[in-house]
Amino acid sequence: MVVANKYEMVCGLEVHVELQTKTKIFCSCTTEFGGEQNTHVCPVCLGMPGALPVLNREVVNYAIKAGLALNCEIAEFSKFDRKNYFYPDLSKNYQTSQFDLPICGKGGLEIEVDGEKKWIGITRAHMEEDAGKLVHSGDTITTSNESSVDYNRAGVPLLEIVSEPDMRSIPEVLAYLEKLVQILEYTEVSDCRLEQGSVRFDINVSLRPMGATTLGTRTETKNLNSFSSVRRCMEYEIARQARVLDAGEKVVQETRTWDEGQGVTLTLRSKEEAHDYRYFPEPDLAPLVIDREWVERIHKTLPELPEARRARLQVLGLSAYDAGVITQSKALSDFFDAALSSYEDAKTLANWVMGDVTRLLNTNQCSVVDSPISAAQLAELLGLIDKGTISGKIAKSVLEDMYSTGKDAGVIVKEKGLAQISDEGALLGIIDDVISANPQSAEDYRAGKDRAIGFLVGQIMKATKGQANPGLVNKLLKEKLS
Amino acid sequence: MESVSIGKSVSELHELLVHKDISSTELTKAYIDRIQAVDPDLQAYLTVLEDEAMAQAAEVDQKIAQGETLKPLEGIPMALKDNMCTEGIRTSCASKMLENFIPPYNATVTNRLRAAGTILLGKLNMDEFAMGSSTENSYFTKTRNPWNLECVPGGSSGGSAVAVAGDEATFTLGSDTGGSIRQPAAFCGVVGMKPTYGAVSRLGLIAFASSLDQIGPFTKTVRDNALVMNAIAGYDALDSTSVPYETPDYTKFLVNDIKGLRIGIPREYFGEGIDPDVAKGIKAGIQTLIDLGAEVAECSLPHTEYAIPAYYLIATAEASSNLARYDGVRYGYRADSNDVLGMFKKTRAEGFGQEVKRRIMLGTYALSSGYYDAYYLKAQKVRTLIKQDFDKAFEKFDVLLSPTAPTPAFKFGEKSADPLAMYLSDITTVPINLAGIPAISIPAGFVNGLPIGMQLMGKAFGEGALYRVAYTFEQNTNYHSLKPNLSGEVLTCGSR
Repeated sequence: MVVANKYEMVCGLEVHVELQTKTKIFCSCTTEFGGEQNTHVCPVCLGMPGALPVLNREVVNYAIKAGLALNCEIAEFSKFDRKNYFYPDLSKNYQTSQFDLPICGKGGLEIEVDGEKKWIGITRAHMEEDAGKLVHSGDTITTSNESSVDYNRAGVPLLEIVSEPDMRSIPEVLAYLEKLVQILEYTEVSDCRLEQGSVRFDINVSLRPMGATTLGTRTETKNLNSFSSVRRCMEYEIARQARVLDAGEKVVQETRTWDEGQGVTLTLRSKEEAHDYRYFPEPDLAPLVIDREWVERIHKTLPELPEARRARLQVLGLSAYDAGVITQSKALSDFFDAALSSYEDAKTLANWVMGDVTRLLNTNQCSVVDSPISAAQLAELLGLIDKGTISGKIAKSVLEDMYSTGKDAGVIVKEKGLAQISDEGALLGIIDDVISANPQSAEDYRAGKDRAIGFLVGQIMKATKGQANPGLVNKLLKEKLS
Repeated sequence: MESVSIGKSVSELHELLVHKDISSTELTKAYIDRIQAVDPDLQAYLTVLEDEAMAQAAEVDQKIAQGETLKPLEGIPMALKDNMCTEGIRTSCASKMLENFIPPYNATVTNRLRAAGTILLGKLNMDEFAMGSSTENSYFTKTRNPWNLECVPGGSSGGSAVAVAGDEATFTLGSDTGGSIRQPAAFCGVVGMKPTYGAVSRLGLIAFASSLDQIGPFTKTVRDNALVMNAIAGYDALDSTSVPYETPDYTKFLVNDIKGLRIGIPREYFGEGIDPDVAKGIKAGIQTLIDLGAEVAECSLPHTEYAIPAYYLIATAEASSNLARYDGVRYGYRADSNDVLGMFKKTRAEGFGQEVKRRIMLGTYALSSGYYDAYYLKAQKVRTLIKQDFDKAFEKFDVLLSPTAPTPAFKFGEKSADPLAMYLSDITTVPINLAGIPAISIPAGFVNGLPIGMQLMGKAFGEGALYRVAYTFEQNTNYHSLKPNLSGEVLTCGSR
């Protein structure tokens, strides 16, 4: 990004993702979100005297899976370390994390901004435990007389994914985050519920004069949890740093926090106040050795990733744009694929999924996974159109009925008598009636006024409440008038 | 009331129970009475569980009445060092910090001993958080050496050693981070085993230094020791440092025969600081073993002199992190303050004793940015060298032998003013913890009326060889059968 043509911004990100294993990283407590305070706890995640951690192998499986999907090297030998600092939400006053030997090494992913593709490097990704949560009696810590701690989240597994400082604009940052979240969702290592805090972002950003090759002094803003906060925070922080540099001053290397309400970043602690985490190898856990077979086993469970899925949909005849829209979220894409297994015309299906289905869901603020219309039901509806049982127009109203009642398309069509009239005998009677009622129009058509036939078809459709098979009506009417 | 059963070994008591010569209730009551009689002097116990113990004993007696086969430790009264978690029973680590801490769960050893049918008499005094060599660092009381009440019992498992030596329990468990089982066993004239790191589960053992801590038994005889190991050793999936291996029946190593066994004598363990009388006593013991057919030769563990500094860096570094959890938020002592940081500081300033705070400071310093490589990392390298010393020695020898401690028990206050002197007295024990190998201390004579201990060191998971040598020595000496005079006569250290 060019700030007033003077500065180039450089950005790298740390993303903390909660892995959606059933149990915590070092004990068998549930990872379920919510729950009454301190009910998902045990001596291990409460840091009771004498308690010992046991690594949940599923967490390792998820970390390997995410690493593979992000093109990372998987370390054959990695270990856990203790990160020591005092805070009430940290039950042992140290966090078990990975320091110098993380499970995932170098990797990266490709983003696309304004049609330009760019590779964003990933430095590393490591496993660690989440902390608990402070609960204040008032709105904020300063206005509260007392605070309590909820350790339900303590010990929920996290993967911290650290990028290279490869991003040069806010759109690049957002594209990277969207792509990252999309991949994590596709691999099902995380539910990526941003509103529940299951993905959190730390932003490292610095400015440097255009054309400079060395990096400027950076600040780190911690703990953002939505894309819009990231965008606003970066806009603010870049402008702030530019003002500092414009004034001939130096940016202070520090940790900052984002104030969502005021829309500003604030100093959290300076470099001098930075914690000395006193990392050392966790003596309660053996080093983690991951052999090639383990990695291979996980590799086989990797699902089709968004890019591959998009390519497949394009082969089926979808435009690049449509394929992109369908694969944006795994849920929508899965819905599409499920419908595709019993309905072949991908293009038509895509139009329905992106059009009427999405519109219905949006109007009702319903997510695809909770859709009352199943993929199979949608496929059946589209099949009815192809078979000529109902017209496309009728289908739209059937879809709405399906949404509100949950009934199958066939049932609704039958109950409401919506099936198209394709019986030639029945149609010929109606055609005769319409022709005799509108002799002028019949005469006009015969005289070469092609437009007159449209009027007659309209009259027939009106007489059949739209249920006449339009193609058949056209054909029979022309035969009749010739 | 003195019972004839008091002071017998576990295996003898088992026979009495099996033949219904005595009931578990009678036996347990006899020990409770004994505790009430002598513990005011000895101060081994922090908690006595009379009602619970009697109830457990009654259950065992019911089993006997129903003709059930008794397991080797069933109905046997014992006690645990107060750093092993006991569900519903205070576990204080002899600290103000955990003065009222009642664990919601059992340590694995607690569960295993319960499954073995033992009767828990109570919890035993120790140096606070197992930091010390004299049990003088207990927040609650000073435990006294039964052989001389003016002398320390050793530490940190002082209460565990004294309870066995003073016949206040048939056996006890202690923990050993740098000698905390072996040194008090030597000072009190009992058998104490520090098993291989990973042989006994640490789950529920309140951590001092995780990579060094290991639980082991105090007993009157070597056979008893093997019997207790049979009950507590073995893989525990809930302790990631527990080693999955097939636990042998340790009693099968109890043969009175060491012909041809190769015993190495590391010369560094007889060097400066070793009391000449202690050295003399141990050398007499070595002669006994030679006479019994052992092949004995001197050897060298060249990096021994670096063991103390390496140990006090690694142990304190781990302790500084392990003890961070005591902040007043979730359990234990909490000091009042206006803010969280103030509460942390005041809680820890008031809840921990001097020695604990000293070690937290040392460990914090050793791990600090800019010092890590020079201290912690270097200490780990020394640790590797010490391990290699032992590996090399065990290419030539089955077992190594040394004094357990450089001196017999010392007087209260004699070393507590000089922490460095106290640390240096661990020279013969800490290298074993750094190497993770097993070692046992057995009674090997007296110096001025105070017991001295012989330390036997073995290969990892080589407890069997240690039991074989220890058993043979015991069968051919009578040190283990001598008892302290607890009739009230107070002796002065060095005057007996």
